[in-house]
Amino acid sequence: MKQRLILTATLAALAALAGCASADSTAAPTGPASFTPAPQNDAATVTVWTDSTRLASVQAYQKSHPDKKLNIVTYDGSADGSTYLQTKVQLFDRTGSGWPDVVFASPTDVTWASAPTGPNAQAFAAPLNQGLVPQPTLDNFAKGSLSPCEFNGQVYCLRNDIAQVVAWYNAKLFKDFGYAVPKTWQEYQALGAKVAKEHPGYLLGAVGDTNSHESYFWSSQCPAFSLTGPTTLRTDLQDPNCTRMATLLDSMIANGSVSKEAFFGQNFAQARGSKVLMAIGPSWHGQYLFNAAFKTPAGQIGAATPLAWDGDPTVATGNVGGAVWMVSSHSANLKTSTDLVSWLTTSDENQAGAPTYPAYAPAAKAWLANPKNSQYFASDVSPAFQAAASAVWPGWSNTRFSDATAWSSVVLPAVTAGKTLTATLPAWQTAIENEAKAAGYTIAAR
Amino acid sequence: MTRSLRGGQAGYFFVAGYVVLLVAFGIVPTAYAFYLAFTNDRGQFTGLNQFVKVIGDYRFAPAFAHVAVYLVLWLVLLLILTVGIAVVLRGRMRPGLSATLRFLYYVPGALAGVASVLVWLFMLDPSVSPASGLLRALGFDTFSQVIAPENLPLVFVLIAFWTGAGGWIVVMYGALNNIPDEILEAARIDGAGPWKSALFVQIPMISRWIAYMAILAFAGGTQLFVEPQMLQTASLGRLDPAWSPNQLAYVLAFRYGDFNGAAAVSLILLVLGLLCAGLLVRRSGLFKVDA
Repeated sequence: MKQRLILTATLAALAALAGCASADSTAAPTGPASFTPAPQNDAATVTVWTDSTRLASVQAYQKSHPDKKLNIVTYDGSADGSTYLQTKVQLFDRTGSGWPDVVFASPTDVTWASAPTGPNAQAFAAPLNQGLVPQPTLDNFAKGSLSPCEFNGQVYCLRNDIAQVVAWYNAKLFKDFGYAVPKTWQEYQALGAKVAKEHPGYLLGAVGDTNSHESYFWSSQCPAFSLTGPTTLRTDLQDPNCTRMATLLDSMIANGSVSKEAFFGQNFAQARGSKVLMAIGPSWHGQYLFNAAFKTPAGQIGAATPLAWDGDPTVATGNVGGAVWMVSSHSANLKTSTDLVSWLTTSDENQAGAPTYPAYAPAAKAWLANPKNSQYFASDVSPAFQAAASAVWPGWSNTRFSDATAWSSVVLPAVTAGKTLTATLPAWQTAIENEAKAAGYTIAAR
Repeated sequence: MTRSLRGGQAGYFFVAGYVVLLVAFGIVPTAYAFYLAFTNDRGQFTGLNQFVKVIGDYRFAPAFAHVAVYLVLWLVLLLILTVGIAVVLRGRMRPGLSATLRFLYYVPGALAGVASVLVWLFMLDPSVSPASGLLRALGFDTFSQVIAPENLPLVFVLIAFWTGAGGWIVVMYGALNNIPDEILEAARIDGAGPWKSALFVQIPMISRWIAYMAILAFAGGTQLFVEPQMLQTASLGRLDPAWSPNQLAYVLAFRYGDFNGAAAVSLILLVLGLLCAGLLVRRSGLFKVDA
C-alpha cells in the first residue's frame, strides 16, 4: 500500500516535471529597446547619484542654475567593480518606482542599463540620441570614447572622462639616478633589472590594484575580453600578446622592481610612495596617485607616451575607468536631466577644471590649457595625454560583467601567494569564461 | 475552569506580537521564496528546473565547500570551547572572578555584525594591527597575505567565535546552574573527580542546551553573509563575490536579476537547516517535556 503510494507520487512528480517551463531568465531583446517616457514635468526635482569626486561639479551646476531643483545623493560611483547601482535598479524595476534621474556610473553599467532587467521592465538608461542630445554634440566626443555607450545604434550615456594609460615617471629621481625614461617595454624591463641592482626598493610599477590588468594587459593588446559579436566573447590568454606581458611582469616581480601590492592599498603610500620611480597607469594617476595619495611635491612628476614593443609597429595603450553619466528612462524631467549631463560632460565651465581628462574633445583642449592641470607636473603632459587618448586599443570590449572580478579574486590572491602570472593565466582564463557564460555570452573558439 | 481559560487568553496575547512579526518577516517571505523557486521570471511553473540550474552553476559547489569547511571548524570549536569554559567557570573558580570573566566574554557580542568585522579588518592587517608582531611572526607581512583563500574559513571562524561565543558561554553557565548541587555532591561521594563529573554528569544533563546551540550555530553558519561580503568590499574584491551560498543567492538576484534562482539557493539552505535541526531535536529529545 505504502509502496504503491510512493510510486504514484513519483509518477505524478515526473509528469509535472515533463510539462515544466525552462528555468532560464528571459533573454534581453536585441532589437532597439522601446522607450516610453514618463509624464513630463519641467519643474520636477531631479535626483542625481554621483560619486564623491564629482559632487563638487553637480553642486556647481546647482549654483549656476538656481531655478532647477536637484536632490543630490553621493554613492560609490560604481568604482572597483561595485554593483550597488545595478542592485538598486533591479529592486526599483521590481517595485516600479524609486529610480534616480541622473547617475554617474562605470562603462560596465551601461551594458545592463541599456537592456531591460526583466520581462516587465524598461531599460534603465534613456537613449540620449533620441531627441535629447543633439547629434553635433555627440560627434564632438573624442574618437571611440562613446563606444561604451553605444548599443544597437543608440547612445545610452555621455562619457565623462577618458582614462588613457600613459607612462608616469618621477623626473627628479630619474635625473638623480642618471636614468633615461624608457620608450619600449623591453627598455622598461631592462631598467627594472638595473634598478633592482643599483637602487633596490625603488619601484617601476605595481600589479596589485583592481585595475592593474587594464594598465598592463590592455596596453599589450591581450585578447582577454574581446566581443566578436553582441553575445559572443573570445578570450585567449595564451595569445603571444598576453604571454609577453605576463613574462615581462614575472621577471620584474621576481627582481622586486614591480610590486605585488596595490598602489591604492592601505599603507602603500606611507611605506613606499616616495620610492615610486615609474607607474604605468591612467591619466588620473597624476593628480590622484602622485599628488593626492603619495603627496609627491609639485614639479617632479612627468608623463611619457605609452610604451611600445620592439618589433610591433602598433602603439596601443589601455584605459582604466573613464566614467559615464546616464539619464534614467523613467525620469519625469528629462529636460533638466539631459541639460545637467550635457553641462557636466561638455561645458568648459565644468570640464576645464575637472579632476579627470574630459572625453569631450573641445573641453579636453580647455582642460589642457588650464594652468591648474599643468602646474603640478615637471613638464607639459599634453603630448603624452593626446597621443595616448587616440591610441587606446579597441580590442578590449565593454562586457556585461566587470573585467576586475576575476583579476582581483583569482589572479591577485595567486600572485600574493607567490605564483607567477604566467602560471596563473589558465586559471584567469577559466574564471573569465565562467563569468561570461553566467552573464549569457557564448565563448568563441580561441 | 474560568481561571485556566483566562490564563490561556493572556498567553495568546503575549505571543501575538511575535506571531505577527514571524508571519510578516518569516513565513510570508518563505512562502514567496517557494513560489519563486518553482517558477521562472514569466511566472510559469518550472518544477525542479531552478534547482537543477543553480546546482549546475559553476559557483554552487565551491560556495558550499567553503561553508562546509567553515562549519566544521566553527561547530567543533564552539561546542568544545563554550562548554569547556562554562564548566571551568562554574566549578573551578571564585564566584567574583567567574562573573567578571563571563562579562568580558560577553562584551564583543554586544557589537553588531558589521562593526565586529571592521574590528577584525584592523586586527588582521599587519600594518595597523595591535597584534602585528604576532601576525608577522606567523609569516604575514601584508593584509592580502592574511586573507589568502585558504585562510578565509579560519578568519571567519575567528570573527564568529569572538562575537558569538560569549553569549553561549553565559547560556551554558546558566544551564549548569540548573543542576542541583545534591547531584554533584552525590557524584563526588561516589568518587567522581572534576573530569568525571563534567563528562558523565554535567554535560549529559545540559545536552539539550548544547543541541539547541548546535542548531542555531549551524543555521547561522550556513547563512554566512555579512563577514565575507564586508571583507570582499574592504579588500577591493580579493574575495570571490559568491564565496558563501548566501552570497551566491545575492549575486544571482542582484547582479543577474535571477530572483528565481536566488530563491532556489535559499530553499536549499532552508532544507539543510531543517534537516540538521530535525536530526538534533530527535537525538537530544529537545522538545520532550519533563514530567
